[in-house]
Amino acid sequence: MAKYALRATALIYLLFLLVLPIGLICWKTFSGGVGPVVESLSSPSALHAFKVTVVVALFAVVANTIFGVGAAVLLVRHEFRGKRLLNALIDLPIAVSPVVVGLALILVYGRFAPLGGWLADRGIDIIFSLPGMVLATVFVSLPLVVRAVAPVLQEIGIEQEQAAWTLGARPWQAFLRITLPGIRWALGYGMVLALARSLGEYGAIAVVSGRLVDQTQTVTLLVEERFQNFDQQTAYAAAFAMAVIAVLTLLLISLLRPKEDAK
Amino acid sequence: MKSSDTLPGRAAPEGPAGARSLEAAAGPLVEASGEPETVRAAPTRRRPTLGLGLGLGTATIYLSLIVLIPLAAVVWRSTEDGLGGFWGYVTTPESLSALKLTIGASVVVALVNLVMGTLIAWVLVRDSFPGKSVVEMLIDLPFALPTIVAGLVLLALYGPGSPLGIDLAYARSGVVVALLFVTLPFVIRTVQPVLLEMDHEMEEAAASLGAGNATIFRRIILPNLLPAMFAGTALAFARSMSEFGATVLISGNLPFKTQVAAVNIFGQIESDNVVGAAAVSTVLLLVALIVLVSLDGLQRWGSRRG
Repeated sequence: MAKYALRATALIYLLFLLVLPIGLICWKTFSGGVGPVVESLSSPSALHAFKVTVVVALFAVVANTIFGVGAAVLLVRHEFRGKRLLNALIDLPIAVSPVVVGLALILVYGRFAPLGGWLADRGIDIIFSLPGMVLATVFVSLPLVVRAVAPVLQEIGIEQEQAAWTLGARPWQAFLRITLPGIRWALGYGMVLALARSLGEYGAIAVVSGRLVDQTQTVTLLVEERFQNFDQQTAYAAAFAMAVIAVLTLLLISLLRPKEDAK
Repeated sequence: MKSSDTLPGRAAPEGPAGARSLEAAAGPLVEASGEPETVRAAPTRRRPTLGLGLGLGTATIYLSLIVLIPLAAVVWRSTEDGLGGFWGYVTTPESLSALKLTIGASVVVALVNLVMGTLIAWVLVRDSFPGKSVVEMLIDLPFALPTIVAGLVLLALYGPGSPLGIDLAYARSGVVVALLFVTLPFVIRTVQPVLLEMDHEMEEAAASLGAGNATIFRRIILPNLLPAMFAGTALAFARSMSEFGATVLISGNLPFKTQVAAVNIFGQIESDNVVGAAAVSTVLLLVALIVLVSLDGLQRWGSRRG
């Protein structure tokens, strides 16, 4: 009896918090048929927003992948002073509010900050343009690749690399042919996590982008702006598109999840 | 027992944004610093010093330029007018009421998550019913869904024109619902793996000695679950404190009523009151720091028990 009561409580909670709201948004998106959805997603503004989102996310993922693999190698394979500090600092971004991330970047890279002013004098605008948005996205997704790769790197150990070295392989050869294949699933997993986080970032982007329609507007910003301007059809359609991406991410993740977890 | 056995969330399916990384946040502190297997580069190779130095230097510069210097700038600017000035900005009526609402709502959200998250984890591990794998996957959806979309989704059901007739828009309860949505996976995903690895033997022994279900739960199961439950709750609390996107649409951002701290900061940035924004941000950073430190403590507590 208690079993059914618990099951019912859990399912009802999830029904009202998750299933009904998400179901309703799908229903509302397609209440006018597929036509309006396609139309609102292929408007110039929407297409531009998708383009900006993808460009920013790709830069951020590439940056965090390179940093992530490097940092994971440092943390797992080397001993050095301040290792624990580095380890802790890598996790810091997750606990910081996105709005604070935005503010922090403005205070350093904004036009009126020393560094930002110096860059602006040289024609490099960071805030209210793409570089700032990439920085913000890198900030919020920073730990994801490191944390996906480090445990696997730890697990595969160093024997095979050492074997490669004794056979005369250069360090980068050993890395490309031994280490990289060993961590490829974890790396893929971390990259998908980082990509999903990057595509969906809203708060930090809202602060640093200046929310310039058709210039720095990403899909998440488009959702908000369209909704506030009573263009619900576009807001719902774009939200639905993001939800589809989210579900695809979950499916990909369940495929890529490190296999030792299966036992 | 491996230390990773007691790390929350290791074995469970996880979503992209928060749980995995955040729990990992607490994990590797122990893992990477304490593992005996840490392998040095082969001593016969020449590369280590130069390579290590370059790598460390690059990582430090990267972290400094993107994370450390900007965050330091926030704290620095917040005390521009001295500590008194800082306190003044934090305690302006609007900021203070936003901070109070945020803390209050986060406490409520954390408590609801503590109970419901543990309950759902329990049902997912100990119960079986048709469609369980779908439910299992749904749990991670709040992490994968952009927060602004989460807000829009909730507003559709709990906003004006709600098909259920429940309108929580522009109300504090709406803020709480939005926060519950985005924090759903934390406790579930930290408790679930611990529950999965728990031995049934102790429970059976207790039952054979005449303990009832309630006693078994209270004396055997609960003590083993507590570190994970608290860790998940702390994560949910931290996330609630910092949440922005999900609350923007549903709260209506009414000062003194539904404006949370993150939205307050956003408003101050928009109106060019950078020092005020930095002051409230510093308070949020402090809270985040406290949570990270207590998570580290919980981790140690958990592994001692494991």
